[in-house]
Amino acid sequence: MNQDSRQPILELRNVVSAYGRIRALKGISLKVFDGEIVTIIGANGAGKSTTLMTMCNVVKAVEGDIFYKGERINDVAPDQLPTRGLCQVPEGRRIFPRLTVTENLDMGAFFRRDSAGIKEDLERVYDLFPKLRERRRQLGGTLSGGEQQMLAMGRALMSRPRVLLLDEPSMGLAPLLVKQIFDIIATINGQGVTVVLVEQNANLALQCAQRGYVLETGSVVMEDEASALLHNPDIRKAYLGE
Amino acid sequence: MDYFIQQLINGLTLGGVYALIALGYTMVYGIIQLINFAHGEFFAAGGYMGVIFISWLAAQGVHPYVCLGIGLVLAMLYCAMLAMAVERLAYRPLRQASRLAVLLSALGMSIFLQNGLMLTQGQYDKAYPTEITAGGFQLGGLYISYMQCLIVALTIFLLVVLNLLVFKTRIGKAMRATAQDKVMSALVGINANHIIALTFAIGAGLAAAAGIMVGLYYGTVSYSMGFVPGIKAFAAAVLGGIGNITGAMIGGLIIGMVEIFAAGYISSQYKDVFAFIILIGVLYFKPTGIMGENVDDTRV
Amino acid sequence: MTIQESKRLWVSLGVGLFWFLMLLWPLLGIKPGGLEFSETWAVFSKIAVAAVLIVAVYHLRQAGVLDFIGTPLVKASEAVGRGYQKAPTWLLLAVVLAAALIYPQFAGRYGNDVAISVLIYICLGLGLNVVVGLAGLLDLGYIAFYGVGAYAYALLSLHFGLSFWTCLPIAAMLAAISGCIIGFPTLRMRGDYLAIVTLGFGEIVRLILNNWMTLTNGPNGILGIPRPDFFGYNFASLSSLYYVILGIAVFTVLAVYRLNHSRIGRAWEAIREDETAAELMGVNTFLLKLLAYAMGATFAGLAGAFFASRMRFVGPESFTFLESAMVLAMVVLGGMGSIPGVILGVLVLVALPELFRDFELYRMLVFGGVMCTMMLVRPAGLWPAKRVGRRSEEME
Repeated sequence: MNQDSRQPILELRNVVSAYGRIRALKGISLKVFDGEIVTIIGANGAGKSTTLMTMCNVVKAVEGDIFYKGERINDVAPDQLPTRGLCQVPEGRRIFPRLTVTENLDMGAFFRRDSAGIKEDLERVYDLFPKLRERRRQLGGTLSGGEQQMLAMGRALMSRPRVLLLDEPSMGLAPLLVKQIFDIIATINGQGVTVVLVEQNANLALQCAQRGYVLETGSVVMEDEASALLHNPDIRKAYLGE
Repeated sequence: MDYFIQQLINGLTLGGVYALIALGYTMVYGIIQLINFAHGEFFAAGGYMGVIFISWLAAQGVHPYVCLGIGLVLAMLYCAMLAMAVERLAYRPLRQASRLAVLLSALGMSIFLQNGLMLTQGQYDKAYPTEITAGGFQLGGLYISYMQCLIVALTIFLLVVLNLLVFKTRIGKAMRATAQDKVMSALVGINANHIIALTFAIGAGLAAAAGIMVGLYYGTVSYSMGFVPGIKAFAAAVLGGIGNITGAMIGGLIIGMVEIFAAGYISSQYKDVFAFIILIGVLYFKPTGIMGENVDDTRV
Repeated sequence: MTIQESKRLWVSLGVGLFWFLMLLWPLLGIKPGGLEFSETWAVFSKIAVAAVLIVAVYHLRQAGVLDFIGTPLVKASEAVGRGYQKAPTWLLLAVVLAAALIYPQFAGRYGNDVAISVLIYICLGLGLNVVVGLAGLLDLGYIAFYGVGAYAYALLSLHFGLSFWTCLPIAAMLAAISGCIIGFPTLRMRGDYLAIVTLGFGEIVRLILNNWMTLTNGPNGILGIPRPDFFGYNFASLSSLYYVILGIAVFTVLAVYRLNHSRIGRAWEAIREDETAAELMGVNTFLLKLLAYAMGATFAGLAGAFFASRMRFVGPESFTFLESAMVLAMVVLGGMGSIPGVILGVLVLVALPELFRDFELYRMLVFGGVMCTMMLVRPAGLWPAKRVGRRSEEME
């Protein structure tokens, strides 16, 4: 692989993070390169969501370094990261329930000052998710699960991210909707956004991604091309239900 | 009948004042789930700042109504600054601490501020210049003072401005977003600390306006004036459903009306008791307040 | 500490001091007669110097410069702690008790007076400690029970001629009953609502005391309350009264100690740590919370009855919210849930201000400041309880 010689856009080096005394990540190293889709798969409680929260500094890394665009970001406040293009759609979507759809989207562009650009992006998001346009005056909390997922992704897109961290976008959605969401992820990636995808649904995630990491109880146990992982018998047995 | 209408007008005046104080409680509670015990002290500090600025301006020979306007703005700014300092020192370091710790810190701050006011301003009441507070007109059998008109008008004005700020501007949306989900609002780039400081500042500014109004209405202010109206305004916030902005306004009006009518028709000695009884009754029977959770779009 | 951090520290100190000046000057410097700066400057300069010194010391400590002082101090305190743990508990208690018993022989009138108020506050503090420290219920109207006890003795002795010793249990019981009355509607509420409702109840009691002229004589209070007597011996002197309150205080300490280490005490602590879990384990949380209220109120009732007989006067002004806050401050300062802690807290907040009589005016200001500062730097108190966790519902 010549990938390792390239400069990654996002990198974790031996990152340890903890909730109180319980260590959730036990020294994770991973690299994300510009323009790709990387997936992190693993069982419940393996530390997938914690990895994303640590990337955004919501959970502080107690050891190790996090690099974004070549710069160490361990001490950058979480609310500064979206302004630099690192944006997350967290687990459970976390829509602002008592803001309308438009207001939710507007919050995604909170730090931006270019109102013309924001308007343009709003239209782009509405084109990507026509459902949201229909519901734009409705409160976020009244949307269905699929619509909330769309809204959460749309909100993240409003910040014009370079790297988009997606936590379990398929959770609780009907299969048809899941497919739609994954198509949209591919579209977004096609527009030049790097995607880090955390998924329980390993099959879909590995099909969609270029590379994958397998997490087990807070450590990376395997990393490879997505297609290789997809055909790895151990992985098939553990995560693909065979 | 005249007596009834007179009481209605007095109740409206008092209710407006309570509504303004209650907004500070409700907004702060909505955003960090803290009963800001020091809020009553912002109200008292506002009353004092009004006396200080207005008396000084009046002594310089400025027209009374200009004094009033400038004094009001300066006092509101002062209390906003005070609230930001209090938030920074006594509440922000305790963001991760237990509820009890924050509540006790708030209580300590309240005692500190009250005594700070006493030490710097003296133990005795201070009076507003009478050339500002005096005057009124007769309407049928009613007597309405100019100050009452001013209080009602100013209250309505401030409530409208606040509503526009919270529900129409971007910063208002960010405030509501932070109240609803702090982690997520950080993930979209909202600095929660700035928003919380702003919320304290706005709440204290409104309380300061209320303090000046009460000072103008009764003519004097005292260092301990924040305590009882503070609890009553909290009762108003709870009555309207804590965290709910419209609720706080309605709750304030109800508490003001109840107090005036209870004093007028039942017992003036026990008028303070009624607000407490409402508070206890609401918390016991309907802790979500009269606005409830169904009408939830005006929760912050 | 890196250079950057230290720079940030000094910059924020500068901003803070400037902010403080902006807040201080309008209070002191704007007078109708004109603007002046000298008074503001006098106050500000003192505080600024103090703040700079504190930050400098903090800075040096972080840098390890002060280790040559700090390390021996830490070692010494550890040695004292070890000695304390080695010495048998009964010996320590005996020494303390003996000192308390012979104290009036050495203290004058004034010394006895201070000691009596210390002991009264120990009863109050330990009673509140049951409610706040053990059961974890923040009660801001606690002083109402003190008032109930005081008025109960005053009225019963004046109208019915009952003796102090008969009234003592009655006062305690009345206080406990009022504790239940207040507790019953409020105990289903969450922590901070409970705080404000108890505050409301406390105010209602004070307003009733203030306005029910026929019963309480309103703001004028009740005069001429008899001192306790015992088979003809009248406790008229301060030193004899000292022994009465010492007895009540010792009783309170023993009772709270026993409660703390009983099944009930453990159940209270379980409720404090996690109410839901306690309930699921079969603890009757409502009844136990009510019991905590009643027990706390009992000790306040005892203290109140004594207070009435010692002052020979009761009036509503003794039972304001500030008194509640003061007792709470003692409990918090000493350490919630810890008996020696509460006693230490009382000593600090009652006895120390007596030593600095000249600063009487600043007493409450310092109180408030201390309460805030304690929460910031040492939330568990000066002498923390051994068994304290965090409420699980508050952990995120």
